[in-house]
Amino acid sequence: MPEELHDVSLRVNGITREVQVPGRRLLSDALRHDLALTGTHVGCEHGVCGACTVLVDGRPVRSCLMLAVSADGTEVTTVEGLGEPDGGLGPVQQAFSECHGLQCGFCTPGFLTTITAGLRENPCPTHDEARDMIAGNLCRCTGYQNIVRAVERASELIAEGDVVGEGERA
Amino acid sequence: MTTKMFGTKVQRVEDQRLLRGQGRYVDDVGVGAFPGMLHAAVLRSPHAHARIVDIDVADVLDVEGVHAVWTHEDLADAMAEPLPLLIPHDALTHGRTQYALARDEVNYVGEAIAFVVADDRYLAEDAVERIRVTYDFLPAVVGIEAARAATHLVHDDVPGNVGARLDQHVGDAPAAVAAAPHRLELDLTIERSACTPLEGRGTVARWDPDTSRLQVWTSTQTSTGVRAAVAAKLGLDLGQVDVITPDVGGGFGVKINHPWPEELLVPLAAKALGRPVKFTEDRREHFISSAHERGQVHHVEVGFDDDGRLLGLDVEFWHDHGAYSPYGLIVPIITSTQLLGPYKPDNYRVRFESLYTNTVIVTPYRGAGRPQGCYVMERTMDAIAAHLGKDRAEVRAANFIQPDEFPYDHQMVFQDGRPLIYDSGDYPTMLEKIKALVGWDDFETVRAEAAAEGRRLGIGLACYVEGTGVGPYEGAHVHIETSGRVKVATGLTSQGQGHQTVFAQLVADVLGVPFEDVDVVTGDTRRMPYAVGTFASRAAVMSGSAIHLAATRAKEKVLRIAADALEADEDDLELVDGEVRVKGAPGSSMSLGTVAVLSNPLRYAFDEASKSATQFSVGDPGRPPVAEDDEPGLEGKDFYSPERSTFASGMHAAIVETDPVTAEVRILQYAVVHDCGHIINPMIVEGQIHGGVAQGIGGALYERMVYDASGQLLNASFMDFLMPYVTEVPDGIDIDHLETPSPLNPLGLKGAGEAGVIPSSAVFAAAIEDAEGFPVTAMPISPSELFELRRQHASQPASQGPAPEEQS
Repeated sequence: MPEELHDVSLRVNGITREVQVPGRRLLSDALRHDLALTGTHVGCEHGVCGACTVLVDGRPVRSCLMLAVSADGTEVTTVEGLGEPDGGLGPVQQAFSECHGLQCGFCTPGFLTTITAGLRENPCPTHDEARDMIAGNLCRCTGYQNIVRAVERASELIAEGDVVGEGERA
Repeated sequence: MTTKMFGTKVQRVEDQRLLRGQGRYVDDVGVGAFPGMLHAAVLRSPHAHARIVDIDVADVLDVEGVHAVWTHEDLADAMAEPLPLLIPHDALTHGRTQYALARDEVNYVGEAIAFVVADDRYLAEDAVERIRVTYDFLPAVVGIEAARAATHLVHDDVPGNVGARLDQHVGDAPAAVAAAPHRLELDLTIERSACTPLEGRGTVARWDPDTSRLQVWTSTQTSTGVRAAVAAKLGLDLGQVDVITPDVGGGFGVKINHPWPEELLVPLAAKALGRPVKFTEDRREHFISSAHERGQVHHVEVGFDDDGRLLGLDVEFWHDHGAYSPYGLIVPIITSTQLLGPYKPDNYRVRFESLYTNTVIVTPYRGAGRPQGCYVMERTMDAIAAHLGKDRAEVRAANFIQPDEFPYDHQMVFQDGRPLIYDSGDYPTMLEKIKALVGWDDFETVRAEAAAEGRRLGIGLACYVEGTGVGPYEGAHVHIETSGRVKVATGLTSQGQGHQTVFAQLVADVLGVPFEDVDVVTGDTRRMPYAVGTFASRAAVMSGSAIHLAATRAKEKVLRIAADALEADEDDLELVDGEVRVKGAPGSSMSLGTVAVLSNPLRYAFDEASKSATQFSVGDPGRPPVAEDDEPGLEGKDFYSPERSTFASGMHAAIVETDPVTAEVRILQYAVVHDCGHIINPMIVEGQIHGGVAQGIGGALYERMVYDASGQLLNASFMDFLMPYVTEVPDGIDIDHLETPSPLNPLGLKGAGEAGVIPSSAVFAAAIEDAEGFPVTAMPISPSELFELRRQHASQPASQGPAPEEQS
């Protein structure tokens, strides 16, 4: 018996996308393999590492713990949607580059989306709040020191006039 | 002037793609690009030790979307033979490797039994569940104690479960210990842990029937190693196989082992089915079917004088190498030799047994045996200091190799088969730096102030020496294109160390080109087929040196051609901002792109610039267009193959607070002094240290592989294997550098990648011991274990500090 397919319609990085997926297909797999948005990475498939974090209706969600069918009708932002409209890096991305907040880059998309949402909620975090903001994501390379700096630098960049998550509202 | 890039904090070129989600990791390969790509899943043994009586795959092909299933029965020729034993050694008398798919027996939970290929991973996993295997259960051998007891054997034909025994000695350690004025014995344990990169293993392969070539993308630390293995196993010529290393989501050692079963089975399936095939490991698979490390038990007997100077050091240890031994004896050999750290015992003997157990195989994990060696030596130093009532730093200083003693020959054989000779270092200066950085001399005041508040503090210190940049060689190819852009290829692979950036820095300096004009490719056998791999903190030393040499060769050719064209003496030329200029003659210059045009005599022009290289435009009609000893093109190629390794060093210190009630350990301060010779990019080196320290904290305080007696790994998930989040690492790591350049390579480089993780267990054991006042001899240590130690020591008569028993 072929698997029953479901129509799912969602807006990803501002563009409406339609996919047909089996009921069991994870949102992470739908984004990566059906929509070819491979910037979202899967690190554990049990919701602990946070690499697959995307924004669903503006809130950070582990896309490995959400079925694609559940995302029907939602607005999803992935790492590919965090840049500036002119192709430049968004403020969180820029801060990561300046602060050497990434090494292998595999966990990075999940940090970028998480911090994007975090800074929208709390644009000027204290140092402790900056650490708290990333406390649910695993990184094996950086020891987090420069990621915390990147949160603080991103906050500065935003204050200087950049906007978080431009792609999401496009 | 072009700014010198060496030594500057250049931002990484890799970041531009990685931050945009445009990295290309192995699971991204072919997405939306390879029509008809199939996906593989693997049936893995649920039992630690069993004979396979029968495998029934009859139901598998009933699953719609399943294309094929392989078991060992379906494999032929070399594929049906055991996987290669990568690093043979005379002492490895009983080396054993697994089959790509288990033949008659499984020896660990996770061992591959069957390989299914389907339209997608979901269907492949459905099919795996339909395979029925009948097993005859055998008793599992789990842990070093059970392996040594050898009540049961992992492999019937390996007596005592002993894969190897190796002894090395200098002088007569047992006699020296016996004759020493002071003697101590210590038993020291370190448990299993693992690299756990955020990206697991993965392989994609595509067979092109038109050209009879196989393309393989794999998340590896050695593309040339995989290429040779795939060609040998599939019966292909090396020239038919290309291995491309895409972006790799962390390695830390585990991806140096090869070929993994899937690295052979994916290409095999792609060739057989005529479709691209992908395998992507999931997290549980990574825990149970990649590799672990660290598990060792050590016994130390040491003799020393009144100053704490080592007179004799006699070490015996037992290394748990898991079910098979594909990577040979590298890890225990490194422990044996690197245990010596910055010290010079007069007499040293080290013996080890490498033991089989029914658990996941052991291959190098960042540090690769050094964390264990450092832990053993530094625990010994602390014990000596406690015994003599001396300052721990003072006892270390009494044993240091002095700056004027380099090169220092330990008269032992290192992991590369070469003599263990330290090339350079300055350990006394480093000790002064770490003491200043952590506030060693003021700590008793700090401790007393905290004690007055009811808080319990301890300080620990550990020193290490790390042999880095091991051979045999790496190579590089530098090509200046007619556009003026410089294309660089080296064969070793990258897993986040910023190689594209640091290597471009080196080339920009040699060729005087803007950094942005240099593109670096790593780990692609199409671009550089001769390479070894990324391990042993060797990339900067090996490929960095090779790239420097290759760029220098290209520069020599630039100067030769430009001198001719500009009618100037080579000595009067300089390379600046992508141009060759005649010094002191403004206007007399030529772009590197033009030099590239002139380097390749043409019959056919392809653009405006290339017209100047065609046959009626250039050349002396009396000479061949390409001289006898020359070749066309503006390229440089060279290899770097050092006589032996270069030895980096470092010292770490930590101040911890142990909760008097919950026994939780809080890190108040962490300090690092590090010497990796000349530093190409300080930002990247510090990033490596940060990451190593965090990984070391995980290894010392949180991470362990919990096997039950039947060989089930009980914590094979990120829920239960406790990798540090930001909440577990200190807020700030104090770093100071020392640069003692290596005399062995042109840039004075030493490796930096693994260093941060090496002394962690030693440092934390020391700091916790210092806080608690009783010996800490088993790592990692959890709060409940510390709590239990407190209970044990509370029920014993009060001891005078952390002194193990003196030998009678």
